Formats: sequence, C-alpha cells, structure tokens
Amino acid sequence: MSTTVLSIENITKRFGDQEVLQGVSLELHSNEVVALIGHSGSGKSTLLRCANLLEPVSSGTISLFGQALQDPNIDEDAVRRHIGMVFQSYNLFPHLSVLDNVMLGPVYSLKEPKDSARQRALELLERIGLASRAEEFPDRLSGGQQQRVAIVRSLAMRPALLLLDEVTSALDPTLVGEVLDLLRELATAGTTMLIATHEMGFCREVATRVAFLHQGRLLEIAPAKELFESPQHEETKRFLERVS
Amino acid sequence: MSGRRAIVASALSSIALLGGIVAILYLAPGGAVVRNAFFDPHSMWQAFVGDPSKGLSSVAKGLLTNAWMFIAAEALVLIFGLLLAWVRLSHSPVLFPFRVLSTMYTDVFRGIPILLVIFVVGFGVPALQLGLISNQSPAVYGVAALTITYSAYVAEVFRAGIYAVPQGQLMAARSLGLNHPTTMRRVILPQAVRTVIPPLLNDFISLQKDTALVSTLGAIEATRAAQIYASTEFNFSSYTVASLLFLALTIPLTRFTDRLIAKDRAKRLASA
Repeated sequence: MSTTVLSIENITKRFGDQEVLQGVSLELHSNEVVALIGHSGSGKSTLLRCANLLEPVSSGTISLFGQALQDPNIDEDAVRRHIGMVFQSYNLFPHLSVLDNVMLGPVYSLKEPKDSARQRALELLERIGLASRAEEFPDRLSGGQQQRVAIVRSLAMRPALLLLDEVTSALDPTLVGEVLDLLRELATAGTTMLIATHEMGFCREVATRVAFLHQGRLLEIAPAKELFESPQHEETKRFLERVS
Repeated sequence: MSGRRAIVASALSSIALLGGIVAILYLAPGGAVVRNAFFDPHSMWQAFVGDPSKGLSSVAKGLLTNAWMFIAAEALVLIFGLLLAWVRLSHSPVLFPFRVLSTMYTDVFRGIPILLVIFVVGFGVPALQLGLISNQSPAVYGVAALTITYSAYVAEVFRAGIYAVPQGQLMAARSLGLNHPTTMRRVILPQAVRTVIPPLLNDFISLQKDTALVSTLGAIEATRAAQIYASTEFNFSSYTVASLLFLALTIPLTRFTDRLIAKDRAKRLASA
C-alpha cells in the first residue's frame, strides 16, 4: 500500500506576463521515483521550487501528505523540513566545513543536540566515503564529491521526499557516475524522489514514472519503459529523438 | 630587469624624489621660513609633550582622545550599520515603516557634510537641556555624530555584501527548513562580512581622521592641541606633529587593508 506523499493539482506559475507553469498536475507516491524531463526552460526547476515553497504558485494547490501547503497559516519552514532539495550548483556553504554543512540543518532547523547530529553526519559521510574529509572546506572537494555532500546534507534532515534539480548538469562528465550511483542506492532503499534530469539512461533505469514537460505543460506521464518506448505525444517523440 | 638592478633603480628614484622635495625646502626663496614654521625640531618636541606652565596641551595626549573616540564610534557603527542594513533588507510587512525609515536615514546622512552633523549634535543636544543627555563632554557628542554619519555608509557596505552572497546560498539554507533570521546569521552574514572587510576598513580609516573634526566642539584632541600650540607660539610645527601621529595610526590599518584585499584577490584568482 503506497501513500500519496506529494500531490500537485493544476498549478500555474507566472513571472510577470510569462506563464512558466500552466496547469500542471502530478502525484507522487511513497517509495516512488518520478523523473521530470524536457527542454531547458520547460518549467522543471520552477516546478521543484514551487513544490518546497521556494516559489509561491500563482494558482492551484500543492499538498504534502494531504495537507494543503497554500494555507496562509502554514509554517513554511516546517514544511521544508520534510522536503529535501539538491541543486544543480551544489550550493554548499563555503564558509563551513563539510561536517558543519551536513550538521547545520539538524542542529539549527530540527534543534537536535550537536553530539547526535555530528554522529549522524559522520555516518552519512562515511556512507559516501568522505568521512575522512569531514573537517575540510567544500572548495577542497571535487564537483562530484561536493554534490554527494549536498545530497547527504539534505538526507541529514530525514526528509520524506527529495527534490533533485539537474544535480549532474554542472558536473564534469567523469564525475557524473559517482553521483548517479548514490541516487541509485537511494532509489533502491526506497527514497521518494522527484528528479529533474537530462540523464535519459538513468531515468529509464531508475525512475518509476517519467513526466515530460513542454513549455510549462505536463504533456504526458507514464512508467519509464512505456514513455521511452511508445511516447504518445508528438513533442515527446521529437524530444526523445533529439536527446538519444 | 634582474632583482638586484630593480632594487638599485627603485632606491635611486626614491632618493631622487625625496631629494627633490628637500631641495625645494632649501632652495626656494621662502624655504627657511617654511622649514622653521613647520619643521622646527624644538617646537615639534614641545608640541608633542606639551607645556602646562604655558597652557599648552600635549598633542600626543590629545591623540588619545581621538583614539578612544574612533574606537567607541567604530564599535557603535558596526552594530548600528548592520542593524540598518538588516532592517532595509527585511521582507516582513511588520517592519515596513522601519524599512522606509532606514532607507531615508542612509539617504539623508550620506548627503549631509559630517561637520554639520557634528554641529547639530554637539550644540543642539546640550541646548535641549535634557539632564544627563545634555551634559556630556564634547568628545561624547563627537562620537555620537560620527556614529550617526558613518552608520549610514557602513549600512550600505553591509547591504552590498549581503547582496553579493549568491542567491543559491539562501535557497539552500531555506530548503533545510531554516527560518530567515537563522539563515542570515548562520549562512548569509558570515559570507557577507568576509567580502566587506576591506571596504569596511576603508571607511574606518576615514572615520579615524574625521575624529579631528570634533575639535570644532572644543574637545582637546590632537588637532585642537596643535592649533592651541600654533596660535600661542606662532609656529605650525605642532600641525606636523599631529599629522605624523595620525599617520602612525592610519598607515598600519591602510597596509593591513591592502594586504587583506591582495589575499582575497589571490584566493579569487586561484578558485576561478
């Protein structure tokens, strides 16, 4: 029995008179990995930002575990504690050590005691093989290592849902593999994820379902195999031909 | 050019330049008068130590007044400037009137000559007859006036520093569920402060010099002591002493600032 984690209903997002999202609906169930594909500028990043309230939607509703997030009384910070987000450019905090980057959320957002937060941060870093670099600053690490730390930083919050915004797009091609390996591991462990990506091979292999966004509309969503092998929409076909 | 030849060349050009200036002091028709009026060793020493029997205050002792004024003002400016910047960048609707006030404040006090602010505070506040507030020494009013003006400058420096922190840092912090104040305190400000240290120290160097303007309120600081000496003894060497003493304070800070800028630049170049 899978529960609905995130439910996006008919949302639109306007920046000035530009409609970046036009009536997008999407449901995400627990243990599910949904991939968002589409051209740059199709609205993938905006959709992710709306999902954790970094951008307010212009209309429509988003709910997390059935609770509507557009309620004006909602505590946005409390909502974000349940939703992890990883960015294309890592956005690690350059003035903090790797360990402090991972501890910041648990200590100052979840108010966990420092000792247990440190313990857990080190365990997470151990898992990605970077425990020995815990005291170093992020700029000493490679891009792939930084991105893996960023993923672990959001995992330290024990999120119910992880949003990943083209997390391999800024990486040197030789470093993409290590990040995808970590995501594969997370998917196997049952982490619920919404992933905007250009990595089609990874999508086909890991995603439960794949959604194609085009000019702010969600044109189709289907299990990965189905969407890649028999896309229904002309635009989807054209896109897949171009990227493969 | 080899290292050694470069050193010789720069030494020669320095000597030539210095020699030129000294030559003017000796060869100009009024050279002797100027030397005597500005660089007389006996007068310089007398101005430095002061002579209570003649009613002459020590320029060196006066400098201590400058020193405590700028130390106090700098501490207050840091706090008040940061507060102004913080309010101006806040988004809370409750703070709206304060946001407008803080914007007006920086506009007004960056636009008024500091001397006028010193007059208004130094002569205006005592005239209010508000008990303790109106019965302070001129130096205290000087510190208040310097704080008022320099906070406006420093607030803008902080604001620029906060804007210079990439937007992604804010998003990363907020996505961890950190609230706005914690995000500012733990993520944005530590990075902003690092980038603004050089321009901040620049403002502090001019603040140090501007303590001399408090002499207009009658505070016996270094320039005022020098002025008293000059008008009593008809010799300006005391001004030279005051200048040298100010340099002794500002040059270390200037050098330190330049070193920080060079270090920061090297770091940026290395990471680019």
